[in-house]
This record gives sequence, C-alpha cells and structure tokens, in this order.
Amino acid sequence: MITLQPVDMMRILPEIILSVFALLVMVLEPFVGAANKKLLGWMALLGVLAAGAGTARLSLYPWPGMGPAFGGAVAADEFGFYFIYLFLVVAALVIMGSMDYLERDHSQHGEFYALVLMGTVGMCFMAASTDLIMIFLGLEISSIATYILAGYRRGDRLCNEASLKYFLLGSFATAFLLYGIAFVYGLTGTTNLLEASARLGKPSQWTTFAEIALLLLFVGLAFKVSAAPFQIWAPDVYQGAPAPVTAFLSVGPKAAAFAVLLRVFLGSFYSASAISFWILWISAVLTMCVGNLGALWQNNVKRLLAYSSIAHAGYVLVGVTAGGSRGISGVMYYLVAYALMNVGAFLLIAYLAGGGERLVQIDDYKGLAYQRPGVAACLTVFFLSLAGFPTTAGFLGKFYLFRAAIHSHLIGLTILALLNSVVSVYYYFKIIVAMYMREGEMETAAVVLPWPVRAALAVSILGIFYLGLAPNGFMGLSTLATMPLLK
Amino acid sequence: MSWFTAHSLTIVTFLPLLGAVVIAFLGRERTSSIRWVALLFTLLTFLLTVRLYFRFDSHRGGMQFPEVSTWMVIPPVSYHLGVDGLSLLMILLTGFLTPLSVLVSWKSITYRTKEFFLFLLALETGMIGVFAALDLLLFFVFWEVMLIPMYFLIGIWGHEHRVYAAMKFVLFTMVGSALMLTGIIYLYNVTGTFDFQGVLNHLVTFSGLSPNAERWLFLAFFIAFAIKVPLFPFHTWLPDAHVEAPTAGSVLLAGVLLKMGTYGMLRFCLPLFPDASREFAPVICVLAIVGIIYGALVAMVQPDLKKLVAYSSVAHMGFCVLGIFVFRQEAMEGAIYQMFSHGVSTGALFMLVGMLYERRHTRLISEFGGLATSLPVYSTFFLIVALSSLGLPLLNGFVGEFLIILGSYYSHAAYAAFAAAGVVLAAVYLLWMYQRVFYGEITNEKNRILPDCDFREKLIFTAMVVVIMAMGVYPQPFLRRMDRSVNSIMFRLDRHSMLLTNRAPNPLLPSAYRLLPTASVGGGR
Repeated sequence: MITLQPVDMMRILPEIILSVFALLVMVLEPFVGAANKKLLGWMALLGVLAAGAGTARLSLYPWPGMGPAFGGAVAADEFGFYFIYLFLVVAALVIMGSMDYLERDHSQHGEFYALVLMGTVGMCFMAASTDLIMIFLGLEISSIATYILAGYRRGDRLCNEASLKYFLLGSFATAFLLYGIAFVYGLTGTTNLLEASARLGKPSQWTTFAEIALLLLFVGLAFKVSAAPFQIWAPDVYQGAPAPVTAFLSVGPKAAAFAVLLRVFLGSFYSASAISFWILWISAVLTMCVGNLGALWQNNVKRLLAYSSIAHAGYVLVGVTAGGSRGISGVMYYLVAYALMNVGAFLLIAYLAGGGERLVQIDDYKGLAYQRPGVAACLTVFFLSLAGFPTTAGFLGKFYLFRAAIHSHLIGLTILALLNSVVSVYYYFKIIVAMYMREGEMETAAVVLPWPVRAALAVSILGIFYLGLAPNGFMGLSTLATMPLLK
Repeated sequence: MSWFTAHSLTIVTFLPLLGAVVIAFLGRERTSSIRWVALLFTLLTFLLTVRLYFRFDSHRGGMQFPEVSTWMVIPPVSYHLGVDGLSLLMILLTGFLTPLSVLVSWKSITYRTKEFFLFLLALETGMIGVFAALDLLLFFVFWEVMLIPMYFLIGIWGHEHRVYAAMKFVLFTMVGSALMLTGIIYLYNVTGTFDFQGVLNHLVTFSGLSPNAERWLFLAFFIAFAIKVPLFPFHTWLPDAHVEAPTAGSVLLAGVLLKMGTYGMLRFCLPLFPDASREFAPVICVLAIVGIIYGALVAMVQPDLKKLVAYSSVAHMGFCVLGIFVFRQEAMEGAIYQMFSHGVSTGALFMLVGMLYERRHTRLISEFGGLATSLPVYSTFFLIVALSSLGLPLLNGFVGEFLIILGSYYSHAAYAAFAAAGVVLAAVYLLWMYQRVFYGEITNEKNRILPDCDFREKLIFTAMVVVIMAMGVYPQPFLRRMDRSVNSIMFRLDRHSMLLTNRAPNPLLPSAYRLLPTASVGGGR
C-alpha cells in the first residue's frame, strides 16, 4: 500500500498547477462576458508561467529534489524537466498566438485554453512517467484534449474530418500501445519500466514475445510521432485543424511521444537487439522519404508543412536509432529547435491565411516580400531553419543528430538523411520563391499582427538564432538531461 | 591598433555584413545612399584585403593572421580563421571583384535595390569566410550560408528562367555538401576534432584512415568541390545559373564561387587524403581535359554571348583542376594563378556582356556586328579582356595556362598536348566571337546609336585592365606568396615518394620556368 507523501505531490507540481488552471478556466468561462473571453487566454498563459515557476522550483531547489514519486509511477528527473520546459514554452507560444486568432474567427471560448492546458498536462506526464500504465494515462489525457482541439472549428468540414480521423486512428494506435503494455506485464509481472527491463534481462535471453511487445509499443508510439508507415493521418489532420492547433499538434504530442520512445527504447529496454534496431532504421528511412517526397507535390502550405513535419520525425528517428548519450541529447536538442521553427511558421501562416483560413495555397503568398518585408523575412528564417541551413537551429539540430548517427557507424542512414534534407530544400523554397520571386499581391498582407503574436514570433526567431549560433548552453542542458536514461 | 591587427581576418570577413545591416536600416526609397553605403563598405573591405596582402609574410609557412576561439564545446568546434598564400589570393580576389560588382549594378539594378545590395554584401561575407575558415565545420557553415544570398540574387534579379536556374544551382551544390558534411563528421569521429590543422596533424601522425575510408572520404569531399568548380560532368548547372544571373551575380559566381571548388581541392582533398588523391588523379585529369575541350567546343557554337562566356569558364576551370591534379609545383602554382586570373578576366567579360545587354537588351551574337565603329572605347576594353582570357603572353591568362601546361608536360606529355589544344580552341571561340560582334559593317541600325562607356564603366575597366596587365607582366609577387603553401601541399603528397624536386627550398626549378616574362620566379626564395 502506497501512502501519499507531500514529496509525491511536490514532484508533480507542474502538472498540478496546469490542471488547476485548466479547471479554473473551465469554471470561470460561464461567468466571463462574451467580450472578455480573451481574459481566459491570459489566465491560461498565467497558468503556464506558474507551472514554469513550479518546474523551476523543482529543478533548482534541493527539496524535494529529483527522484521517483508515487511508488515509481512518475519520476522528477532532468530528462522529464527538460521536456516539461519544452511543452510549457510550446503551450505559451500557442496560447499567445491563438488569442487573437480565435477573436478573428469568432470562436473565442474558454474551452480552447483549458484543452491546451490539459493537453500539456498529458504531455508532461508522458515525459515524466517511468511506468507503462502512467505513460498510457498521460498519452490518453493529451490525446483526448488534442482530438477535440483538432475539430475546434465546428462548422468547417475539413476540420471535422481532421478531428474524426485523428480520433479513430489515434484510438487504434493507443490500442496497440496498450496491447504492448499487456505483453510486457504478462512477461514480467510489472509495468514499471526499470523493473520490467531488468526482469526481461539481456536481449540475448529475450523470447519472441518480448520482441513482439517491443514492436507493439513502437507501433503505438509511431502513430503519435507520425512515423511511416503510420503517418497516414497526419497530412489530413494538420491541414484540417485550425493553424494554431496544428502548431500545437505537430510539436507537442510528437515531442512527448519521442520522450516516451527515448525512455522506453533507449532508457530501459535498450538493447543492441537486432530487431529493435532494424525497426528503427527502416522506420526512419521510410518516414524521411515519405515525408519529403510527399511534400514535394503539395500546393497547400499547411499540408506541405504537415508532410515536412513527418520528414522531421524521420530525422529525429535517425537520432533515436543512433542511441547513446549523443543520440539522446541530439534528439532533445532537435526537438527544441523543431518546436521553435514549426510553431513560428504555423502561427504566421494562421494570421496570413485570413478569416476562415482562406489563403493557404502557395500561390497566395505571391509578392508578400514586398508588401511585408519583415513578415516574409520571418517566414524565410523559419523555412531556412526547417531546411537546415547553417546559423539556424535547424542546422545544428541536424548536425547533432547526424554526428550521433555517424558515431554509431550509421553512415548510410546519415547520407540518406542528408540527401532527404536536400530534397526538402526544394519545397521550402517553393514558398520563398512565391514570396520573393513572383509578382502578385497577397490579399491579407495588410493584416495587423497583434503584439502577443509578435512576441511569440520574436521568441521563436531569437530562439532559432540562439540555438543556431550559441549552442553551448542548450547542448549542456540536453546532455545533462540524458543522465537519468543512461544510469 | 593591436586589437585591429589581432582580429584583422574577422574584420575583413564581417565588415560587409555590417554594411548589409546598415543597408537594412536605410529606407527603401533612398536608393542612392544604399548604393553609396554598399560601395563604401566593399571598398573598405577591399582596402583591408590589400592590407592583408602586403602584410602577408611570404617567407613564413603555415597560416598567418590566425584567430582561434571556441565556438562549440560539445563537440569541440572552434572559430578558427587564418590565411596562407592560397586563401590570401582568393580573399584578395573577392575583395577586388565585389566593389566592381557594386559599381556594375549601379544603374542596372533599379528594382528592389535595397534587397539587392543587402544580399550582395551578405554574399561577400560568406565568400571571404569560406576562404578564411580553418575549422571544417566553420568552413561548411560559410559554404552553405553563402548559397542563400546567391540564390536570391539569381532568383529575383535574374533573367527569364531565373527561378529554375537558382534552384538548380542550390540543389546541385547541396547534394555535394550533403556528402561533404558526412565526410566532415566522419573525420571528426576518427580524429576527435573539427579543426583543419588538428585533423591534418592527426592524420599525418597516426595515419588513422584505412585506404578504403580514405577513398570514400576523398570522394565525399571531391564531389562537393567538383560540382562547384564545375568539373565535367557536373557542370550542367553552370550555364543556367550564369546566363540567368544578373551581371553582378555572374561576375561573383564565375569570379569567386567557382574558385571555392578548386580552393577546397587544394585545401582539403590533397593534404587530408594524399593517397586517394594520387589514386584518383588520372581519372580527374582526364575529366579536366574533357572539360577543357568540351567547354571550348560548346562555347564556340553558342549564339548567346553570355552562354559563350559561361562555357569558356568550364574550359578554364578545367585547366585549374588539371594543374592541381598533375602534382607538380609549377602546375599547382599555375592553377592558383589561373584561379585568380580567371576570376578577373571572366568577371570582366561578364561585365562587358552585361553592359551590352543594358544597351541593347539582347545578347545574341547575330544581333551585333561592327560595334567597333560605334563603341570604340568599349571595343578596346573588350579586346584586351578577350585576349587576356585566351592567354596572350604579357596578359594574366598566359602565366597560369603556361605553368599548368608546363607542369602537365612533365607529368604526362599527352595531358599537355590536349590542354594546349584547349588554348588554341579558346583563341578560336573568343576571336571569332569578337570578329562577329565588333568588326565588319554595322548590320543592325540600332547598333549605330549606342552610347559608349561612361565614366563609371571606364573606371571599372581601367581597374580590370590594370590588374590584367600587372598580373601578366609581373606575376612574381603573387607566385611568391603561394610558394610556401604549394610546397607544403606537395610535401604532404610526396611523403612516401619524397621527390627531390619538391623539397623546400627548391634548387631544381625546371629550366623552362625562366621563360616567364619576369625571368626567374624562384629567384625570390
């Protein structure tokens, strides 16, 4: 019988703060007049900041310190904190970018912010869990919140399709995950990651069932990171969902699923087991190729970025395949870089698309560079970073991933990944071509970017250059954060 | 002053970028101040490169004006700059061509002027950085970053098929750099450092590469550079990019960017992978000769002036690659000299063609004829530049080509024979073109009333012609500055065979070396 200690509660402080604010937003929603709904957004933002303060309290002070909570169900460790900070930044950027977007589309409701907060709670739990059941719960909390968010614009047909597709395929995926958990439990009699992997023993002693369990867990997570061949849902969902939600979806749950993937595959069941290595290798190659080749044919900017985000999952999988401290820290660095550039790009697209997101074709961006040089320059920075040009975070992120891959002698995989990123240049530049090299006028070029959006963009741009030019601080952090996994 | 001296390379590299930042803050409509700021910063950069040139000690080996500081901790990447004779000349060339490119765009760029000069200045920083960087990853960063301003220069201010040409240029280069980045990281894995000299020392001391690994690494680097040069058969991007680019873009593309390929071969391929270099040299020499002959033949039949110049670049750069891969001191010096002089003469040719285009809005040879009557000054400049490009003695093109042919003769007489045939073909396509454009009767009435060169254009070409003649008559200062660098490359290449002729100082200079216009080149040592 586990007795509840104050230490336990303290160690999930960020999640508690976020949940409290989510509930508070929901409860207050009926009492706030229609004109003042934006206040709820500010309140959610306050919640994120408070959770950030809570995480800082946890990670910087000696009490209660790092360690497991609730009998090893979750752990407060550097690895978890790193991801929690990342999720909080993403949530803050998305909330800042959504407030005026919702106002414009006349869909300002408190639920939106509550759902973003709940989604973040789920993701935080995913990153912090050390127990398969807890991972499952975190995944479900974040998934259910994001299913609803994906369908947030009720009147829109594509939006409904996105939500339904995401829900159906997502539930299917969680079933796989649950099945894998059941296998692990059946084999070892526990769902605690460390105990389970200890009882499974060395990979050479593994039975076929252990391999199947691992495969099932991977399939479940692969859905969430949109790794091929389980990526089918991603383009439709990312295209259909409102752009700020897409920003959230394409970054948050993906990073959380990668956190789980790291903890499960590299932190506990790590093995040179040939099967799990080849699962990752093949999946990485497929994901990169499907994402990049798919994106080549797209004329819708959101759909293009959806495919590109599949491709980026592929690059990250290269780092996961490489493993080791270099691989893990590379993945963690890349996820931060990816979060900044993807959220930034989607937020700008959300505002340029105009009411009801009318303008999302590449051709709509013609001539933007001369109507709004600053906006076009920001978008260009995001795309150059996504394409991996040096001085941006995207380049160093890829560099760290590929360094890990070559260290693990995955030279073929590295060359494939690099050639893939050459392909990606083509489609990112299609939008740059439209903005700078085609004549035309963008209808919505006169859009006024509200200051919270400007602030969010500034954070992304500065972050991209900070990570791309002065990586030492963050590389140190992400190396530190790999420690709990390598014990 | 000491701070200034200690950071002279950083200042030279980033001064143009500072100019770009200044331009970014200028209003869009203030085109005249934008031009002047661009000119000011590029001229200042040029003066600083000249200062570097004169302060460079040609008797000292190794890298000069070094600057080292840490950039990344994990993995260790340093901000390491430094120049030797090779990179010094390339930086000087960049510094010389950029202000001229600004001047040549003075009136022709009327559209989005601010962005144009901003990208031009950013490009200069990238180009100088490539030549100054001594850390493999830092080199790669400059190498890639430089693509972006060039992409915009071609894509926005280019001609009809500019978007296609710009994309092709970027994608070709990036395929090469993908391989190179893999190679760089692999080398780091073997040697534990990204620093060029660290890697080199490690490879010399421990010879840590298996022959097979060395072969693959050589190819990874070489293909990236060969695409940039471009060596036949990787040249297909070049005619598109050169023809579609605006004049300043073509000038810098031909003048500086192509040199990055040959520079990379000299700086990285040969010293890091000497055995693989020897192994692949025959194939590369043959490809270079194919490029010389093919480029010349294709140039001969071009109806478009700019295309003709573009293909002549393929031929001339073939000379450079040949000069590098016959592994002879004089040929290698000739190759470096040819890199510089090709930058000047082809740059000048592109400027001349660009001016003609500004006047007539066509570049078809058949549209012209008898221009010597209406444009006497222009025709004179064109003649001098064309003669320098075809290698007339006493002009700059001769020195490089002569040294290359001489060196390849010692290495393999057949190479020299084919290369010499390339020189003849160069005379054919350039003189034939000159005859059709400038001599005879004026066949098209539009050509009768064209204005001749104005002051600005005369200024540009006077500068060009002065350099062309100075380099042709007195090549010694340039050659002496590269002696030590070439020596060390040769020494590294010959560490097994230890050829007597390649020890420094070199007592056995080939006697034909003295045939050079300035008598003995080795005299200064």
